Amino acid sequence: MRALLRFRHGVHPPERKERTAALETRRMPYPPEVVLPLRQHAGKPAIPLVKAGDRVERGDKIAAADGYVSVPIHASATGTVAAVGLWPHPDGSYDQAIRIAVEPWSAQAARPRLVPEWRGLSPREIVAAVQEAGVVGLGGAAFPTHVKLSPPKDKRIEALVVNGCECEPYLTTDHRTMADFPDRVLLGVRLMMKCLGVPKALFGIERNKPDAIEAIRRALPGDIDVEVLPLTVKYPQGAEKMLIQALTGREVPSGKLPLDVGVVVQNVASVATIAEVFETGLPLVERIVTVSGNGVRKPANLIVPVGTKLRDLLDACGGLSDDASEIVSGGPMMGVSQRDLETPVSKGTTGILVLTEAEAQRNRTYPCIRCGHCLDACPVFLNPQLLGSLALKARYGEMEPLHLRDCMLCGCCSYVCPSHIPLSQIFAAAKTAIRKAKTTEPAKAPA
Amino acid sequence: MSYVVTASPHLHSGDSTPRIMWNVVLSLVPVVAAAAWFFGPTALLVVLASVAGALLPERIWGRRSATRDGSAAITGILLALTLPPGIPLWMAFLGGAFGIIFGKLVFGGLGQNVFNPALLGRAFLQAAFPVAITTWPVAGGPWWGLRGDTFAIPFASPQPLDTVTAATPLGLMKFEHKGTPLWDLMLGTTGGSLGETAALVILLCGGYLALRNYLNWRIPASIFLSVAIFSGVLHLLDASRYPGPLFMIFSGGVVLGAVFMATDMVTSPVTHGGCYVFGAGIGLLVVAIRVWGGLAEGVMYAILLMNAVVPSINRITQPRVFGTREAA
Repeated sequence: MRALLRFRHGVHPPERKERTAALETRRMPYPPEVVLPLRQHAGKPAIPLVKAGDRVERGDKIAAADGYVSVPIHASATGTVAAVGLWPHPDGSYDQAIRIAVEPWSAQAARPRLVPEWRGLSPREIVAAVQEAGVVGLGGAAFPTHVKLSPPKDKRIEALVVNGCECEPYLTTDHRTMADFPDRVLLGVRLMMKCLGVPKALFGIERNKPDAIEAIRRALPGDIDVEVLPLTVKYPQGAEKMLIQALTGREVPSGKLPLDVGVVVQNVASVATIAEVFETGLPLVERIVTVSGNGVRKPANLIVPVGTKLRDLLDACGGLSDDASEIVSGGPMMGVSQRDLETPVSKGTTGILVLTEAEAQRNRTYPCIRCGHCLDACPVFLNPQLLGSLALKARYGEMEPLHLRDCMLCGCCSYVCPSHIPLSQIFAAAKTAIRKAKTTEPAKAPA
Repeated sequence: MSYVVTASPHLHSGDSTPRIMWNVVLSLVPVVAAAAWFFGPTALLVVLASVAGALLPERIWGRRSATRDGSAAITGILLALTLPPGIPLWMAFLGGAFGIIFGKLVFGGLGQNVFNPALLGRAFLQAAFPVAITTWPVAGGPWWGLRGDTFAIPFASPQPLDTVTAATPLGLMKFEHKGTPLWDLMLGTTGGSLGETAALVILLCGGYLALRNYLNWRIPASIFLSVAIFSGVLHLLDASRYPGPLFMIFSGGVVLGAVFMATDMVTSPVTHGGCYVFGAGIGLLVVAIRVWGGLAEGVMYAILLMNAVVPSINRITQPRVFGTREAA
C-alpha cells in the first residue's frame, strides 16, 4: 500500500464552509412532532411495530429490520404515535413514515441502557448490537453499517479506512464530529477494527480541516495502529473509490467493492455513532446536521433528533432570509432539492442548505461545444460528452458498454460544463431507464 | 412559499460557452491590432467585413440570439486573419458568410459542425478567387494607404493593382529558394496574411487562453513538435532543398493555425490522447504539403483534413475507465 494522498481528475468547487466550520455543535430543542420514514437506509424498509395512539419513549424500537440488509428504527423523542402513513420523503417522493407527537415538557429522560456495554462482547455480538441500534452510514448513502462490518470470510481485509474528507462544499458535520468528539471517533475506530479483525486503520482527512487533523492526532491511543493522512482538497475526495486510491494507491475494479482491494470504508460520522450508541446505551436517534447557505439566518451545526421536520430545523436556525430560493438536503454537489418543509431529517441527512437566488444556479443551456472539460473532471475517467449525447437521443443500450454503471453521479461533469448541460441528471435518468428495461424485459421474453 | 427544485449539482464553475467564446475574441484583439500595425487601417476593414459576413447568416438562420454567444464573431475574425491585407472587402464578407452557412449552419449550428468554419470560408475563397487570395502587399509603406483593391465592386473584373506586392516567406522559399531571417518571421515584418505574421503576439494570446483552460495546449504543442520533427529530419537529409524546423514553424500560418484554428473546441478531439494524435497529424500534413505539394502553404488543408477524422480519433483514444484496463 502506497498513499498517494490524492486522486486524478475531479473539481475544485468553492468550499463555503467558513460560515459553520468554527461553530461548535449544539443541541436543538425538541420539535412538536417527529416523522420517521421507514426507508432511511439502503436495503429493505423497516417494518412498523407501532400503531396510532401508542405511547413510545425515546429509544424505543418502533420498526423492525426486514432481513439482513435492513435496520430497525427507534423513536427519537418521547410521545404518542400520531399516524403511520405516507409523508414527504427526503428523496422527493412520498413514503411510509411513523409520525410521533412529541410530549411537551417531557424530560426525554435518560433511560436504562438499551444497547449493551461493548466490553466483553465478541466481535459478532458487537455487530449484532450495531444492527439492533439502527446504525447506518451517516455520510449520505445510509448503507447499514453492520453489513459492512461483516465481510464474507473469503475476503482478506487488511485495513479499515475512515472517511473524514467531507469533500462536499458547505458541510461541516464530519469536521465538527472530529474536532468536538475525537475520543468518541477513536473509540468507534477501535470497535470497528475489533469487529473486522484488522490490525490497521487509515484515517483520511482533507487538508482544509487542520483543527480536526490535530484533534484526532492528539487523541490517538497508543495501542492501536491508526494512521492519519491529510489529503488534497478536491471533490469528490470522499467518494469511496477516490479515497481508497488516495490512501492505498489501489483502484477498486469496476463493478467490485472496497472489500476486493482489502479495505472497508466507514464515514467518520458512522464511526462516531457506533461509539456513541455503546457509550450512551441509546440507539441511533439523533445525528449532527449542518444547516448553512446564505438563505438561513443563523447557520449552525446542530444535534438533531432524527425525524425533525425541515420547518422546525430551520426555525431553530433563525428562519429563512427573504431571498431564500432553494432548499437542499445534503451537499450542493449531490444533494436533493426539497419542495416541502414538512420533509423530515433522516439518518442519512448530512446537511440542509438554503440557497439564495444568487447561489442557486439556473443558467441557460447551450449546445455541447466538445470542450472536453467533462472528461478532465470525471473522477472515474468516463466520457460524459459522448454519454450525454447518447442519452439525449435515448440510445441507452450504447451507454452500458461505455461504463455508465461506473458513474456515481458525483456531478463533476455538470459542474464544469460551460454549456450548462445537466449531465449528471441525464445520467441518473438513463440509469433508471436501463434498470426499468432490465426488470421488464424478462417478463416479455417467452420462457 | 414555494421553492426552486433543481437537479444536483447545485453549484457551477461559473464558466459558460459565451464566456469562453468572448475570451477567445478578447485574445484575438492584440492579433488584430498587430495586423493593423503592420498593414494599416485596411486590416481592420477586412476584419469588419469578414465578421459582418459571419454574423449576418447566423442572425438570420441561427438559434435564438446565436450571434451573442460570440462564436460567429470568432469565425469572422479568424477568417480575416488568414486573408491578404489587400483583399476586396466584398470577398472577405462573402467568405465569412460562406463559412458560417456551409461550415456551421448546415450542420445544425454551434457545436454540430465537423470543419472549422473560418477555414472552410478561406478554402472557398481560395477556390473562387485564387488570384486575390495570393496577392501579398509588402509590409510597411504609408500606414494609411490601402493595400489593394479594397473597395472593389463585387463580381466586377478586378482593377489592375498598383500597389507593390511581394512574395511571402514561404513563396520565396518554395519558388525562389530564398530564406527569410527568423527574427523578421517572429516579429511579423514580412509579407503574408493579416494574422500570420506576428508569431510572438499570437503565442502570447494563446498562452492567455491556455492558462484560463479555454485552449487545450496539447494541440499547438504537438503541432509545433510534429512540424519540427518532420521538417528537421528532412532538413538533415538535404539542407539545401528543405528549410529548417524554425523556419517551418514561424513562417506562414503554422502559429496562427496551431494556436487559434486547430484548437477550436468543436472541431478538435475531446480526449487528451486525441489532441496529440490530431496535432501530430496536422504537423505531418503541413510539412508534406509545403515540401511536396503544389502549394506554398498547407496549414489550412492540414487542419481541415484532420477535422474530418476527429470522430475516429476520439473513438480510438477514449480514456481508460477507472478500475478497468479497457477504454470506455
